[in-house]
Amino acid sequence: MYSTEQSCWFIRKVICWRAAASIAWAVLLLPPITAVFVILSRFSLLHPIHTISECFSLLTSASAIFSFILLCGVILMVGFLNLEYYTVIPTIACSKIALLGQLLHPRQILNSLAHCIMGIVVAWSCAVTIGGRYETLGYTCMQSEGSPQMCLNEYHLVFLLAGAFVGLSHSLLGVIHNMNYVSFHTVQQYKYLRFKGSLPLVVKCSATQALYSVRNFIIVYFFLGYIPRVWICKTLNLHLNSSVHPLDSIAGLLDLSLLYQLWISATFLLFTWYITLLLFRIFVTEVYSFPVQSSFTEDAHQCLPKVVTDRKPIILKFLALQDLALLSQHSPSRRYDVFSLSQPGGHPHNWNAISRECLSLLADLTQRLVGYHDTVATNGRAKSLSTGSERKTSSETSVISGSEEFMSPRPNMLMKTPASVFARSIAGGPQSPLTAPFTPDLDSPFASPALRRLTAPVEQCSPWHGSVQSPHIMRREPKLWSTSTDAQVNGSPPPPSPASVPSPQQEPSKPSLLAQFLQNRKEQLPEASSQALFADSQAHIWALEGLSYLVQASFSEDQFGVVQTTLPSILGCMLVLQEAVDRHFKLPHASSKPLRSSSSMGDSNYKTLRFALRATLKTSIYRITTTFGDHLNAVQMSAEHRKRLQQFLEYKE
Amino acid sequence: MWLHKYDYLASVDDDWFPGSIERTHHKGPFPAEKMCSLSLFPPPLALGQSTLCESNNELLPGSNTEDRAKQDTSPLSLYFPRESLKLHSRTESSSKAAFLDHSETLWMRSAAAWRDGGLSGLLTEITNSNTEVPKWLSVSSGCTLALLQRVSSFHGSLFPHLTLSSENMIAEFSQVLNWSDCVVRAFAWHPHTDKFAVALLDDSIKIYNPKSATTPTLKHRLQRSVAAVQWKPLCASALAVACQNCLLVWHVDPCSLSTRPSSGCAQVLSHPGHSPVTSIAWSPNGSLLVSASPMDTAIMVWDVAAESCVPLQRVGGGGVTFLSWSPDGSHVLASTPSALFRVWETRMWTCERWPCMKGRCQSGCWSPDGSRLLFTVQGEMVIYALTFTDAPGISSGTSKGSQAAAVVADLSETTFNTPDGDIILGGEIQSIAWDPRGERLAVILQGDPQAADRPAIIAVFKTRTNPIFELLPCGFVQGEADAEPRLMQFHPNFQHGALLTVCWSNGRITHVPFYFLSTAVPHFGLSGSPLLPRPQERPSALANQSLFSEFIS
Repeated sequence: MYSTEQSCWFIRKVICWRAAASIAWAVLLLPPITAVFVILSRFSLLHPIHTISECFSLLTSASAIFSFILLCGVILMVGFLNLEYYTVIPTIACSKIALLGQLLHPRQILNSLAHCIMGIVVAWSCAVTIGGRYETLGYTCMQSEGSPQMCLNEYHLVFLLAGAFVGLSHSLLGVIHNMNYVSFHTVQQYKYLRFKGSLPLVVKCSATQALYSVRNFIIVYFFLGYIPRVWICKTLNLHLNSSVHPLDSIAGLLDLSLLYQLWISATFLLFTWYITLLLFRIFVTEVYSFPVQSSFTEDAHQCLPKVVTDRKPIILKFLALQDLALLSQHSPSRRYDVFSLSQPGGHPHNWNAISRECLSLLADLTQRLVGYHDTVATNGRAKSLSTGSERKTSSETSVISGSEEFMSPRPNMLMKTPASVFARSIAGGPQSPLTAPFTPDLDSPFASPALRRLTAPVEQCSPWHGSVQSPHIMRREPKLWSTSTDAQVNGSPPPPSPASVPSPQQEPSKPSLLAQFLQNRKEQLPEASSQALFADSQAHIWALEGLSYLVQASFSEDQFGVVQTTLPSILGCMLVLQEAVDRHFKLPHASSKPLRSSSSMGDSNYKTLRFALRATLKTSIYRITTTFGDHLNAVQMSAEHRKRLQQFLEYKE
Repeated sequence: MWLHKYDYLASVDDDWFPGSIERTHHKGPFPAEKMCSLSLFPPPLALGQSTLCESNNELLPGSNTEDRAKQDTSPLSLYFPRESLKLHSRTESSSKAAFLDHSETLWMRSAAAWRDGGLSGLLTEITNSNTEVPKWLSVSSGCTLALLQRVSSFHGSLFPHLTLSSENMIAEFSQVLNWSDCVVRAFAWHPHTDKFAVALLDDSIKIYNPKSATTPTLKHRLQRSVAAVQWKPLCASALAVACQNCLLVWHVDPCSLSTRPSSGCAQVLSHPGHSPVTSIAWSPNGSLLVSASPMDTAIMVWDVAAESCVPLQRVGGGGVTFLSWSPDGSHVLASTPSALFRVWETRMWTCERWPCMKGRCQSGCWSPDGSRLLFTVQGEMVIYALTFTDAPGISSGTSKGSQAAAVVADLSETTFNTPDGDIILGGEIQSIAWDPRGERLAVILQGDPQAADRPAIIAVFKTRTNPIFELLPCGFVQGEADAEPRLMQFHPNFQHGALLTVCWSNGRITHVPFYFLSTAVPHFGLSGSPLLPRPQERPSALANQSLFSEFIS
């Protein structure tokens, strides 16, 4: 298809190169990090000179070079996993069971496994580098009868297990903290400066996270340490040295030197991984400047007006919108291109494409908010009506005033949830289960058949399912606000036409006890549902900024008056959205501020996107009203909108 | 004098023609003679008269009584007598010793000391209670404490301002003259409407709006020692407040009838190590807020809605004292406590370093188009100018600036003969402000608080930025006999010229309008003519003499 071809060019030409550059930098940074690690791990206060010379000789030895090559391999792998698993729209688990589903998703299990193995590799390298008693798994020991035999070196084993544990917990925490989420910054900085600015945070995060992980590991090892020990002994035919304390005792674990080495190794491990992640985020979110129009037709699909409307690689859409917001703000020459007319014909194709796409994005959000507001009771939980009693299977479409005109015809299935609108895929088909990373689906072992039957119709009735639905047909049963809707539930792609959604005529079956228990666990967390609603709002923020700056600039720069024709619909769309956002923030859970944790590498930007959206929306309307002032009285609009606009003109909002 | 951007002394360019008095080209680092701008000014008013307004190129005096009568009727002229404010007689820390229960256990006291004073507090506590702790502990903590003090005193000797208490630090670096003794500590006009916020000595903020009867009073537990307030542009409600320990962003609903908005209406923005905040600036497009603290070498760029910040760290300077965002949004001036300031470019947030020779940059202001920066340096009595010309189109990152700053005005002390005796005006500059049309430039001169004949005063220049930059004398703005100006701000969108709002030392806030026809903005019949009749342009001989003009070569 055409669209897959397009997605290919961007992923192939830009994203992959960016990822490769970030991995290359991470590999380049590895030698100094390793050197610092070696010095810290072997440092002794009493012989500082001796330590340093020893470190130098160690760094040039063959074993160090071998383990260094291994570490490079690990970095490559981490970088590849970053590229494979990143998302620009976080997957927000709206209930505890959804989170569990995310953790047990096969794709996630694969990720955890990979991190476990990489953790073992890094820990082995660390153990070899530190040397001394940690170096080998087996050693010759004298048994009581005097015959030498191979004994298990428990220190080495502890290192390997700690590596695996830290890797696993890194992977699991990554899901909980949405570490694969890549956020875009409002403050543009050069890559080097951004990297330098975030470095202290990375050091702090890796040190504290390593501390917690090592603590948890020691607790686990204290209770369960004998299992791997016995297993290793059995498989490798090693013996336990009875003259040495076992390490899963209090005395064994209170070895300060061991704890320090464990901690410093875990810090090293996490630091290299975090650095890779940080570089990946910095490189991927770098501004990409799309041409507004090209003189060659074969490049037309790479131009901004075309790219903005693409929805396949979502990163492309985001970068295009970011570029739109920046060009509308900073670059008069590119704005000139936006306002220009096509050469034969004299149509403002560029402006039309851009404004239509931005408006349809905003209309989508409006609809989503209206739908959410109608389904949710004032306490933020789902309205609980008797199950199935008023389940309607109609697919009637009604129209939310003022928004239908911006709906561009597009495949219906792409508009259902934030996750599915922007489901990222690398040249894969949209229905491949691997395309939506971490999407909790009902194929996970926690979804009982009964539950699956219960939820399937619900998914059909998501408020943003179908192009438009009237609010009154959406009051149904408890709703899942997890973003886990879509094709995986039905197994087949929904029909492309918005007007003909066939609904399975299903009688509600009596839920089993287990299903009820699970249903309770599925009770949505109110704030999370609000977060999920705005999960992709970065796109809306850029659309608002881009539109409002362009409209502002059009006051003096638009020679042909192309913006004037769209001004009423832009104002109408923004005012409708403003109303919907205002209503949403009247809900008690929507305006509660999330706690910000600064000591985590997970980007919590998505938690505050709704506030950012609200502020941007108001500022955008004000930007237009202050620029145009009383001229807006000449714009055609409904009386209600005019009243609303008057409030803005008088600075009373 | 002035250092070149690249660290060598620069001469004033030939294009920069310094003044019309001497008409000498200054070559070399130091000007051969002083050019005195103030001598061309009309003499100040007699005692007991205060400036009413500017009309027909003259500053009109008003006698005290009629002036006051006029002011009392005007809804926006305010008077805050010092006696009316309920002040904190004692700060919390000074009363601590009187109330602390000394019979607490060592652990409790240590925990309290850790909470209140951090590591040094804990060490002090352990050292002081040497009877209860083992000897080695008290001795070692005493040694550590001494070491810490040595280190911090060394650090303090590099950057002397770090030893100041936070109140004194705000007073030192504030734009307000004599901040600690000031009844009105901060003032901000709303950028779009006729309302303004006033921060008072009792740490409350009042919002006045001529169109509404209610004057909301904002009070917050964390709102102490307000150094600056500023309204968010393109927003009706958000007001940022720079406090001693944090930043507050109030959301005051303009339609609400409540006179005491709850502290839930305020967002608290804080970052460890970033206090006291002495300066804030909103970006003109309303999206970002920057804040500065003399204790922190980084300036914070806040995304207020998300409550997240990006620190922009640069080595050198020892802190950031004053920020000013250019009206076109392209540059931010950030001055440091040492003889260095930076001009940030806001697209990619890179900066230019500008080292000064003598002292720190005390104040600065931008021309309306953001192309020209005027600033003053502590210890010097002149105003410098820098020009920035952005290359059109996609100018990424680096902004092309001029290579050296030029002196545009010399405000050294000048003696005026008045009927009440000689008075000496001029000297160091506390703050400067440029009106939004770029036609009037107001300067608060510090004067000498000890000497009666050297009062602080506001000098106003006429300026022209198009086609060439010119500076002409306008006059002095004076208040009542016993009042000296403390802080001033121009109204952001006054229809008939410029409106300068001045807060005086006696707690009075007055507004001085300057009526003129703007040369820059074309006037339509609809937008209204000046209020006062203008029979004819009657240029006075003095006012027409140009102090500074930039010749086009």
